[in-house]
Amino acid sequence: MTQANPTNTLEPSPLPEGLQGIVADWSSDQRAFKKVPWGKAMMWIFLVSDTFIFSAFLISYMTVRMSTTEPWPNPSEVFALTLWGKKIPLILIAIMTFVLISSSGTMAMAVNFGYRKDRIKTFVLLLFTAAMGATFVGMQAFEWTKLIVEEGIRPWGNPLGAAQFGSAFFMITGFHGTHVSIGVIFLIIVAIKVFRGDLDREKPGFMTGRKGNYEIVEVLGLYWHFVDLVWVFIFALFYLW
Amino acid sequence: MTDAESHQLPVAGPHHAAGAEQHPATGGQHHVEGQQHPIGIYLKIWGLLFVLSTASYLVDYFHFQGYLRWFLIIVFMLLKAGLIVAVFMHMIWERLALMYAIVIPPLLLMVLLGIGALEADYTFLTRTVFFVKGLL
Repeated sequence: MTQANPTNTLEPSPLPEGLQGIVADWSSDQRAFKKVPWGKAMMWIFLVSDTFIFSAFLISYMTVRMSTTEPWPNPSEVFALTLWGKKIPLILIAIMTFVLISSSGTMAMAVNFGYRKDRIKTFVLLLFTAAMGATFVGMQAFEWTKLIVEEGIRPWGNPLGAAQFGSAFFMITGFHGTHVSIGVIFLIIVAIKVFRGDLDREKPGFMTGRKGNYEIVEVLGLYWHFVDLVWVFIFALFYLW
Repeated sequence: MTDAESHQLPVAGPHHAAGAEQHPATGGQHHVEGQQHPIGIYLKIWGLLFVLSTASYLVDYFHFQGYLRWFLIIVFMLLKAGLIVAVFMHMIWERLALMYAIVIPPLLLMVLLGIGALEADYTFLTRTVFFVKGLL
């Protein structure tokens, strides 16, 4: 038994692929998730737990909606807007969807330019992403205001029908909006780090002794795409059902 | 991958790899762990997501109803979710060990979904029965 040097212990190469690769990775020493920075693996694991939280919300929403004997308010009409004298169904939600998808696109490109060490492009794309995220939250605030003030919808009841509509709506979109808001704050923090060149100089972060690098942009990207992913499900299951 | 290798995979270590194949110099590739792909692929996926979102909006706009509506909504939703996870979140380029660890557990939620649907149907039934009885 020869003593291998640390580099080879971490990554014996080439790594096996397919099912054999899974067995080899999981049964290996030190790290099961090879070829990913640990921060990325941890973000993925956090996102799995978040998936369970949102799924619990969406499945309980399904349960209360299926079991109520009261009529469910029609989302197509509740979320309609009158634009240029014409009532367009669900238009606000459609615009919010496009804004969030676009922010996902700029985020993906920011990650890409980050790994190319293109500091300015990464910074600008991150700012665009944050701006679109903030726009989304702004439109959500507008939507909530309209529902609460004009339609009189409350978590415990509403004049349009089933009381569960309000509870499910405020719980699910509120939790999602919170995720978007936290994402915007993180985007701004990382954008500042990128702009100052902290990541190029490998400056340690505020709460950690580890050297800064562009992997944090990808880890942030994972979180941001997840927020978009959750919206895809909310859009389909809450607004289009 | 040779047969000899597959039999001793659990102990796949440096000594083993060195024996079976030529030992490549790992110094250069060791630190490159980031995902590098051409920008074009992100723009294409972005475009596809726009098309799919428009399509799912049109399902509502044209008032499709019943099973057709459900089918279209679910298909567009899953396609969008798949594209985001696979390309934007780089899942198709990750090793299977990570992919399975992340994707399989949420599939178990289908069980919770089934239980929820059964329970909701039952609650609806009892509510209908008892509310109607109360009116008589």
